[in-house]
Amino acid sequence: MLRALQIEPEKCTGCLQCELACSYQAEGVFNPAKSRIKVFTFHDEGRFVPYTCTQCSEAWCMHACPVEAIVLNEETGAKEVLADVCVGCKVCTIACPFGTVNYSQDSKVVYKCDLCGGDPECAKACPTAAITYVDADHTGLARMRAHAAAGSN
Amino acid sequence: MAWANNVLRVNLTEGTVSNEPLNMEWARIYLGQRGLATKYLAEEIDPACDALSADNKLIMTTGPLTGTMASTGGRYSVVTKSPLTGAVACSNSGGFIGAELKAAGYDMIIFEGKSPQPVYLYVENEKVDIVPAHEIWGQSVWAADEWLHKKYQDPLLRVAAVGRAAEKGCLYASIVNDLHRAAGRSGVGTVMASKNLKAVAVRGTKGVGNIKDPGAFMQAVNAGKQVLAENAVTGQGLPTYGTQVLMNIINEVGAMPTRNMREVQFEGASKISAEAMHEPRASDGKPNLVTNAGCFGCTIACGRISTIDRGHFSIENKPQYWGASGGLEYEAAWALGSDTGVDDIDALTYANFICNEDGIDPISFGATVAAAMELYDLGAITKAQTDGVELKFGSAEALAWATEVTCKGEGFGLDLGLGSKRLCEKYGHPDLSMTVKGQEFPAYDPRGIQGMGLTYATSNRGACHLRSYTVSSEVMGVPEKTDPLATEGKPEMVKAYQDATAIVDSSGLCVFTTFAWTLEDIAPQVAAACEGDWTPETMLEAGERIWNLEREFNLAAGLTAADDTLPKRLLTEPAQTGPAKGHVNRLHEMMPKYYEVRGWTEQGVPTAETRQRLGL
Repeated sequence: MLRALQIEPEKCTGCLQCELACSYQAEGVFNPAKSRIKVFTFHDEGRFVPYTCTQCSEAWCMHACPVEAIVLNEETGAKEVLADVCVGCKVCTIACPFGTVNYSQDSKVVYKCDLCGGDPECAKACPTAAITYVDADHTGLARMRAHAAAGSN
Repeated sequence: MAWANNVLRVNLTEGTVSNEPLNMEWARIYLGQRGLATKYLAEEIDPACDALSADNKLIMTTGPLTGTMASTGGRYSVVTKSPLTGAVACSNSGGFIGAELKAAGYDMIIFEGKSPQPVYLYVENEKVDIVPAHEIWGQSVWAADEWLHKKYQDPLLRVAAVGRAAEKGCLYASIVNDLHRAAGRSGVGTVMASKNLKAVAVRGTKGVGNIKDPGAFMQAVNAGKQVLAENAVTGQGLPTYGTQVLMNIINEVGAMPTRNMREVQFEGASKISAEAMHEPRASDGKPNLVTNAGCFGCTIACGRISTIDRGHFSIENKPQYWGASGGLEYEAAWALGSDTGVDDIDALTYANFICNEDGIDPISFGATVAAAMELYDLGAITKAQTDGVELKFGSAEALAWATEVTCKGEGFGLDLGLGSKRLCEKYGHPDLSMTVKGQEFPAYDPRGIQGMGLTYATSNRGACHLRSYTVSSEVMGVPEKTDPLATEGKPEMVKAYQDATAIVDSSGLCVFTTFAWTLEDIAPQVAAACEGDWTPETMLEAGERIWNLEREFNLAAGLTAADDTLPKRLLTEPAQTGPAKGHVNRLHEMMPKYYEVRGWTEQGVPTAETRQRLGL
């Protein structure tokens, strides 16, 4: 079964545990500045919104890459960056409509969410289940269930 | 090691910055943050110096776990000599700037001297600039925050700043970071402003990576997160209701200081409680509370994000207050509400917003307004002082006005900015000041919770609940229930809480974790991250060392055993209602034993044996 990250902003408290877990898994350092997932704060509205790559099927980044450095992981559905192939041209960062592929000054190549090979650390670290890793065919299931429960009262 | 091993020293007089390695010999016995910065302060300044002179220093300090994934590992403290108390000040804050400072590669910033002109400090990893601040001097914290974000075009910049109250000399001005978290108590913001330092803006992209044993650390961190999630207080009570969960509980216990501590129960408590914050309003059907919020790395998320009813008198035609911002925590709700007799939750939320906007401590401020209201009641303060405002207990309009003039440092606001002790002295009734060592009480009446009386009397920074929160045991039964009206065993309990809290405050973690965690949960996280021998036993001993270090600073500053006491009201006027009816605080039954278990003389001075045992 293919799974996908499901993000429910209304559950997010803005604690950044996801960013810490992501950066630690990917870079070996607790560092929100290096995280593949970002939490945005909308202060006046009192809202926190985690945001990361949704792993598009027809991924703009993958199609745009001139050296085929972004490849599909058949097992997880993730579009992964081959760091040793990437030439750092950044065309993918322009192609991605969502901004979830970014360039790293340190490594001179781009980086994006790779679903941690099928066991995403952000979902495991989230204390409120604002980020979960669920059946890719049914990311709406929990929300449907919540509405069904509300309707049954 | 989780320390950055890097101290940033900023000489404001000379306009110079320099780096030096952290004193690791001290770090191994004082850990970090509160303990370690107090050691630096005690070594570097004369404790008898004028707190608002260039001789005082101000240290903004992280702990070793700040910036890591340990739950609540985002804390920082500001350590300096307090202008309010004349004692050592250590004010702890969450938000995000502490972790940002660590991610920029620093354990602490030591500010020395006094700048000849208003400046702010900009830190971007190794790049450190002292920058003229004339555009934001005279502005609020919120205005300064917005200006700095616009100037640097960086939404991820973290800012801590002082507001107009600090510039005007309010003695309990705070340093506000991330708009509504604060190093709140003892006037640390006043010290910052006295140095002509308006703000500290930090961007750190290096992160924290040098964990001693990463595998063991992640294991301990995950075990700790699990304990917090499964605990009723940290897993349910605090996220749902925030610290405001206490409002109704403490009122029922009969320990809710009311109307300048004349009474111990507030008839309006339920109207300003956590439950009230969840109630939909009549006007728009929305509750006061928008959401809960976490500080950096915190899996508890007790923070409140609130809005004010747009139809409320306080914000009519003031759209700048129509959005959500930091809402009422228990201490602010109590001080602004019960202690002033005001039960209007929108007025309290408004007062809280502008305490954050201009950087004043809502505890000391609310308690000072309460004292002023009692003085007004007695006729010692009249409309001549208050611009015609009726400064009556229970008046939401008077509270809103008092907050505005104090935040801006205008008119009678300058008197309120003196704090309760100096205000009551100025108007001829020093006994009406509900303070210890010049600092105002927090939200637990020590007639109804005896251990808190000893806590306040002996706190190294004046009246404070965060130095030994015996409410945990005496009211909530954590780790075990004790009788709040008994004094037996309280000296030993207060010492144990004081020592444990001192080391938690030195780690980078939040003291609220201790509703669920003991040092058995914390020590493995510290030991896996840091060099040195960190066990529950050595941590408790380090806590005792820190407590004694602070005590010795205060003794050298001129404080004595005579300052370890409570206002006469709490020692002689019995509670009139509730479970504590008929009780005063029996401090005299606890104090001698406390000095004894501390290993201090009858004059409250650490003995040579105690000093030697702790390596002081």
